[in-house]
Amino acid sequence: MSDGFLEIDALSSYYGDFQALFDVSMQVGEGEVVAVIGANGAGKTTLMRSITGLLSNEAAMVRYRGQAIGGLRADQIATLGLSMVPEGRQLFPSLSVEENLIIGGQIGRRGPWGLEAVYRLFPVLKERRSQQSTSLSGGQQQMVAIGRALMANPDLLLFDEISLGLAPIIIKTIYEALPGIIGGGMSAIIVEQDITRAINVSHRVYCLQEGRVSLEGSSKTVSREAISNAYFGV
Amino acid sequence: MSDTQQYAIDRFSPASRIAAVAALVLIIALACGPWWAGRADMRLLSELFLYMALASLWNLLAGYAGLVSVGQQAFVGFGGYCLFAMTMFFGIPPLMAIPVAGVAGALISIPVAFLIFRLRGAYFAIGTWVIAEVFRLSAAQISALGGGSGTSLPVTIVKSIASSRALREAASYWMALAILVVVLAIVCLLLRSRRGLALTAIRDNELASQSLGIDIWRAKFFVYVLTGGLTAAVGALIFLQKLRISPDAAFSVNDWTAFVIFIVVIGGIGTIEGPIVGTIIFFLLRETLADLGALYLMILGLVAIVIMLRAPKGIWGFVRQKTDLDLFALSRRVVTRKKHQSSHANEDNKGEPHEPQTT
Repeated sequence: MSDGFLEIDALSSYYGDFQALFDVSMQVGEGEVVAVIGANGAGKTTLMRSITGLLSNEAAMVRYRGQAIGGLRADQIATLGLSMVPEGRQLFPSLSVEENLIIGGQIGRRGPWGLEAVYRLFPVLKERRSQQSTSLSGGQQQMVAIGRALMANPDLLLFDEISLGLAPIIIKTIYEALPGIIGGGMSAIIVEQDITRAINVSHRVYCLQEGRVSLEGSSKTVSREAISNAYFGV
Repeated sequence: MSDTQQYAIDRFSPASRIAAVAALVLIIALACGPWWAGRADMRLLSELFLYMALASLWNLLAGYAGLVSVGQQAFVGFGGYCLFAMTMFFGIPPLMAIPVAGVAGALISIPVAFLIFRLRGAYFAIGTWVIAEVFRLSAAQISALGGGSGTSLPVTIVKSIASSRALREAASYWMALAILVVVLAIVCLLLRSRRGLALTAIRDNELASQSLGIDIWRAKFFVYVLTGGLTAAVGALIFLQKLRISPDAAFSVNDWTAFVIFIVVIGGIGTIEGPIVGTIIFFLLRETLADLGALYLMILGLVAIVIMLRAPKGIWGFVRQKTDLDLFALSRRVVTRKKHQSSHANEDNKGEPHEPQTT
């Protein structure tokens, strides 16, 4: 399981004096899909921001392919092949759908993903390519955010709150598209509130509670009861 | 989607196509200025061109790179002093001295950037002003250039531009027009490039663009050095026309920053057209109201307040919101190439549910 693809070792993160993560350790293997679940305020987004460099850490706390990346800037980490679909989508409102996608591809990593591949995955985006990104519905915006992250041809894709604030039918569409995205051998970390979906789509699952890992296990074998204990801390 | 249509990406809309042709005609007409305009008109137009150039540069800096500097007079004055020093001490011809002043401005902006890029927001703005004051006080120490009271450009240098007065005035008019065209072309090309897309993304959302691999520091640094250099070149030309320089005039926060910010804000920040519209309005106001003295400045302030309240994106932002006009062909748009049938192509996806958006 630990092939040194992504290793997080005793990660502690702070917002000023407030400590949000306590000694979080976690591994993601090459081609592995890992789900991160946990209640609001458990530290899931903090964990994503720490991995992608939006929060800075000690260098050795995050290692990617053997390289200590904890101290790098977000843009440097992005060029190494880590790409995030951020919570709340964070599209660029004054750019069109297509320009948002092009921005995602500007680091110039080679791979299967380009404008055409993204449009094949989400045909609706092709129809709306010239529209302002904020004129789209929430679900379509999430598709742009996913497409934008894919355009970087990442080796590790991080989904932060993949289904937050979306209608159930849109969540279904996005989950149906997931195998087409991560089926190609890409590793992924998926942050999700919906435990059933998180377990179905992942190989392994981590549960965070109040900034600590409260459960780690294989998604196939972990029991419902263990999860709800870890989730609520009862 | 039906296969009866093909899409292509085109930056040009009909409006921007017409605007491009009109701009070309206008530039040619303006270039013929010495044959149809009087001496006073030419002087006024030169000044307008130079303000338009300064406003376009400040707009690039503040409207696109998010660097709200109130110290661009540092570069205007630096360029002016460079021109005087180079022509008077080293005998460089004035026409040559303008691009050299631009390069010098870009070079000096590098250490300045390293210094002030540590500051954010309001602190950055104040920092740029402090730097400009340091420039002003330093210029006042150069006794060879008249110290605090300044100096005039020697007659021999003035005459080296052209022998007759009419020709000199024409040359200075053409230079102002040329530098405006150069500045607008550079701004336009930059914003159309991939780097320009990245700049717009940074302006929209810094965190998101950073996590997509955009080096924000480098993008801003590039814009700062570019505008620093071009602002210095414009400054050199401004003081070549004035023929006299002093620290207070060269590093005036009123003339080179306050008026410029006024122009960009009323015209529409973050659009290429904004500074152009703003400059024209500013000059119209100035030419019609300047006789009113202090009242003129109060009216300027009132105009700025009303526009900021009624149309926060400036006059051009207001026009664009109403008409979707885009004269400079910056944004990509999709054009439909019709094959056999047309129309109902976009109907298919209209029925799709639009769930409420949350962010």
